[in-house]
Amino acid sequence: MTATTVDLGHTADVDRRTTYAPIPLRRVVRVELRKMFDTRAGFWLIASIGITGLIATIATVAFAPDQDLTYYTFAKAIGFPITVILPMIALLSITSEWSQRSGLTTFTYVSSRSRVVWAKTLSSVAVAIASMVFAFAIGAVGNVVGSRIAGIDTVWDVSVGHALSIVLGNLTCLLTGTMLGMLLRSSAGGLVTYFVITLLVPTMSGLLAASQSWYEDVQPWVDLNFAQSFLFEGMHTAAQWAHVASTVGLWIVLPGMLGLRWVMRSEVK
Amino acid sequence: MITIDSLSKRYGGNTVVNDISFTARPGRVTGFLGPNGAGKSTSMRMMVGLTTPSEGTATISGRRFADLPNPGREVGVMLDASAQHAGRTGREILTVAQQIMDVPASRVAEMLELVSLTPAEADRRVGSYSLGMRQRLGIAAALIGDPSVLILDEPANGLDPAGIRWMRDLLREYADHGGTVLLSSHLLAEIEIVADDIVMIGQGRIVCHGSKAELLQAAGTVVRAADVAALQAALADAGIAATVADDGSLRTDADIAHVGRAAYDGGVALTELRKAESGGLEEMFLELTADTQRDQHPDHAERTAA
Repeated sequence: MTATTVDLGHTADVDRRTTYAPIPLRRVVRVELRKMFDTRAGFWLIASIGITGLIATIATVAFAPDQDLTYYTFAKAIGFPITVILPMIALLSITSEWSQRSGLTTFTYVSSRSRVVWAKTLSSVAVAIASMVFAFAIGAVGNVVGSRIAGIDTVWDVSVGHALSIVLGNLTCLLTGTMLGMLLRSSAGGLVTYFVITLLVPTMSGLLAASQSWYEDVQPWVDLNFAQSFLFEGMHTAAQWAHVASTVGLWIVLPGMLGLRWVMRSEVK
Repeated sequence: MITIDSLSKRYGGNTVVNDISFTARPGRVTGFLGPNGAGKSTSMRMMVGLTTPSEGTATISGRRFADLPNPGREVGVMLDASAQHAGRTGREILTVAQQIMDVPASRVAEMLELVSLTPAEADRRVGSYSLGMRQRLGIAAALIGDPSVLILDEPANGLDPAGIRWMRDLLREYADHGGTVLLSSHLLAEIEIVADDIVMIGQGRIVCHGSKAELLQAAGTVVRAADVAALQAALADAGIAATVADDGSLRTDADIAHVGRAAYDGGVALTELRKAESGGLEEMFLELTADTQRDQHPDHAERTAA
């Protein structure tokens, strides 16, 4: 720590006029993906997807009644913790630039903040898709092993279409985290708001719908959680797609655009 | 080269940076000096696009920061050594920089060696680093892209005297190879050791600007005589403007030989004739920042006027 020898290796030349190639988006994505894993907190958050997936599979094999031992049961059990964890990953990847103040360097390496946020979104989506491939795979293993142990026929009751709609449902959960991250730019505030949104708001909305008949008609159009349940349980009607589009537009796209605007304009200190 | 042109930043009615213009030239270390809250950090953030200026422009080698295709290759920036994710290791922080800038992976180890962080230290998480180690890591991250311009905010903070000396040598060598260095400090001694050029800022305005040699010279002369009135007359005859200080001495911007000649010609016996304080910049630093405060707060003029 006290050595005073100086050897700059390469050094600046007086009249260097090199033009550097712009940084391609895939490089920003690769680095942002790396940054999701390279802290202890980030690593365990992502590892927890695997761990909870494994626990959920074992618990389903051990505790689910025989008649419920189907692929959908596994998918639901493994999928639930993932829908909770993925948005936290997406949110923290954005808010840590402000809460940990690392944005002070990140945005001097890549000056376009929208590009950084876009790369973070893409890397969150990559993590989400990998997580779901893992979930479907471990669920399949659980389903085969579970039905063997129970001595019953293995039931595959999730269609490809249904599986894709579950993936879509998970992505809407994930993007809620992205949206909140951009909007609040604070890890603590973001996480609290996320849990209020996912735990408190659906209950309130349900209570309101039960007591106010006018709201019961409006609910599917404005209650994101309600519309997401269609995606997880399997889409049946065009109206349900319309409900998904409406709530996603209202609660993810619009606030997300506002958040992006704030991200671009806010001062990074 | 860093060119700052009429840069201003206002928050509501509060002007934090007020129409500053200066150039940091290649081959020179430019010290950005000012008391805390003078607007140094805000100015530096505006140079690298983290804060949007209210008016004016800042360019690096002729281009706005936002227009640099791979900024890390052209400008090394360290605005706050503590602004790093505490959970990353020092090596990982450099690796992230190396990957995004697309420089050879060997640069990571080279930079660690350059800033004297041992491999064991590099594998520790930054949360456990001392401020001095963070400063070294920050300088390593700024240099990893082999840029021709460095912008460092308070880089000497937290360094021990040997560390400050090390940094001076590093920046000297960097500038001697043609690099442009802009570094800020609120401590005059640091700037005096490291910088070739000095930009002094107070209350958001540039109060003086020039090479260290010029500024030291501009500190002027202190002259004293038993007969103050006669001395004043003699200086006035020679066309030298002087002011009377609290202690009865006269101060002037004129150089010492000129003042001595004037006193001799006027037949005044001097009791003291010397260059203004050896820490002349310090005096000027205090004086100039006090001047700015006086300009902006006329109510306090009586209290602060010497």
